[in-house]
Amino acid sequence: MIKIAIKMLLGDRAKYLGLVFGVTFATLLMAQQVSIFIGLMSRTASVVNDVTEADVWVMDSRVRYIEEVEPLRDVELTNVRSVPGVKWAVPFFKGLSTIRMPDGLTQQVQLIGVDDVSLVGICPKSYMGDPESIRHPQTAMIDKNGYKFTWPEQPFKLDREIEVNDNRLTLSAICDSTPTFLTFPTIYVSYATAVQITPQGCNKMSFILVKSAGTDPKVLADRIGKQTGLQALTQDEFAWRSINYYLTRTGIPINFGITVFLGMLIGAAITAQTFYIFVIENLKQFAAMKAFGVTNGQLLRLVLTQAALVAFVGYSLGIGLTALFFKATSNSPAMRGFFLHWQVMAGSAGIITIIILISTIFSLRKVFTVDPAVVFRG
Amino acid sequence: MTIAVGVSNLNKQFKAGDSVIQVLMDITLQVKLGELTMLVGPSGCGKTTLISIMSGILSPTSGEVVVMGHSLNRMKDREKVLFRRHNIGFIFQQYNLLPALTAAENAAMPLIAAGIGNDVAINRAKDVLQKIGMSSQVDKLPNQLSGGQQQRVAIARSLVHNPKFIVCDEPTAALDAKTGGEVMQILREVANDTGRSVLIVTHDSRIHQFADRIIEMNDGRIASDHYPALVEVKE
Ligand SMILES: Nc1ncnc2c1ncn2[C@@H]1O[C@H](COP(=O)(O)OP(=O)(O)OP(=O)(O)O)[C@@H](O)[C@H]1O
Ligand SMILES: [Mg+2]
Repeated sequence: MIKIAIKMLLGDRAKYLGLVFGVTFATLLMAQQVSIFIGLMSRTASVVNDVTEADVWVMDSRVRYIEEVEPLRDVELTNVRSVPGVKWAVPFFKGLSTIRMPDGLTQQVQLIGVDDVSLVGICPKSYMGDPESIRHPQTAMIDKNGYKFTWPEQPFKLDREIEVNDNRLTLSAICDSTPTFLTFPTIYVSYATAVQITPQGCNKMSFILVKSAGTDPKVLADRIGKQTGLQALTQDEFAWRSINYYLTRTGIPINFGITVFLGMLIGAAITAQTFYIFVIENLKQFAAMKAFGVTNGQLLRLVLTQAALVAFVGYSLGIGLTALFFKATSNSPAMRGFFLHWQVMAGSAGIITIIILISTIFSLRKVFTVDPAVVFRG
Repeated sequence: MTIAVGVSNLNKQFKAGDSVIQVLMDITLQVKLGELTMLVGPSGCGKTTLISIMSGILSPTSGEVVVMGHSLNRMKDREKVLFRRHNIGFIFQQYNLLPALTAAENAAMPLIAAGIGNDVAINRAKDVLQKIGMSSQVDKLPNQLSGGQQQRVAIARSLVHNPKFIVCDEPTAALDAKTGGEVMQILREVANDTGRSVLIVTHDSRIHQFADRIIEMNDGRIASDHYPALVEVKE
């Protein structure tokens, strides 16, 4: 019976392709868009997550997410250091600056200044040169993509000059950083250099990064908050806060939501309708089969087999195409770090199953209720 | 036992909105094994309804139906399906073959439905097809076959599970006279040579010559019932 079901389905080439296309389309759109969405959202927290050594981030109480920076006074660093349970606390600078490109135009970059001694918060993956070299005054490290952006089509090379906020810095290292939400090049310098090259006078400290001496980070964060009046969050809290900010305050989720929903809807509509037509066209044959002794249970299995085959082939193609897409775009800065999460694959599989089941149920009602007596009528 | 199917005091009504149409009126009838019986009569007189009831795919409003000694009245729907699977063969005007399956696979369907393995079922179907002159067509798809050949596949399908009672509604209506005659010849042999009962509904007077017995219906009743060969002998 299973063989019959498959032959029946494959026998109608055009409908079979239509069905597979519907499922593939829905899978591709869902899996790809959701993956990009997840990738983008996790990028919003990449600066936070890249700082692996710190347990707690301390910031101005008005800061809502990572891109929002309110400078802290230098005295706050001392205050935080005096909170019991703090092993160490270091300053962290994060801001936007401009660099002058070889063609004379200016370009915004993300400037990160890390503590001169500990280098806490520096890009964790070095690509060329020695990251420690940025301790020297007037030296900088740039991320790989920033390099390609600044000097397109040129080989990676150190000791070039880069002009940040009209200060000439020497490039002493290149790193491979996790892409951020705003795909500006990222330039790492020592905190001292950052202070020096940032125009406005005194307040340079964006965040204070804290390592716990063993106290639970959550407890320590609460304690710092109480004692200093600043906002102190664990790394996880701050990362999620950044993600949530984009989720709730921007149109991005809605945009992706609409795309995914439309993909699902169109895919479901194509699949359900084609499957329905496929079954209806075979209704007379089903009625004849009922007449000569095929039970409703057997017909159920027959139709389910066809549905399962369509779902399996369509889903596999869709996931395969999605994976290919991410593979093909993995070198483009805009798409870097985006990949197909297994949760997305599982979720798409679940939704495809639902789409197929709904299509099947709609069509099966007809099959179950068709009276075998109709076969004798023209 | 020579009686294949017997119906007694059969009535069938259809409800159409508020009104009730009485399609069959108090029909009592037996069809016998070894005979080809034809059911004729004007359009709408109830022929299709009658054979649908006799083959267990429609329930009567009242009256009894006994097929090969089994009363259909007491069977549940599912039991009727299983009963048909083993005891009744069907041939339709439009053949109703599955377009994606070969002749042999189509003919094997009742066996496959009964749970017999594909290979065994298809081999048996090929045997039956061979007996009705279709041995070179077994692997062709329906759209590669002529109407007469498709109807032969349908005949093979109605015989493959070895039922004693075969019902056919207008089996030759879609065929030309010569092909129709060939199909009828096969059905006649099925009845006379293999001891089955073949019941055929037809409008096609050209094929009356193949009937052992002709039952004429009119307006839901049996109008006449005779054996043409015997009549000829009398004359
Ligand atoms: N399901 C149904 N509901 C209502 N009326 C029906 C139904 N089936 C058949 N009828 C009516 O019953 C009557 C007999 O129908 P039936 O199909 O048995 O006639 P028939 O003798 O086979 O006609 P034909 O030679 O045209 O095939 C017709 O008037 C038809 O309209
Ligand atoms: Mg009829």
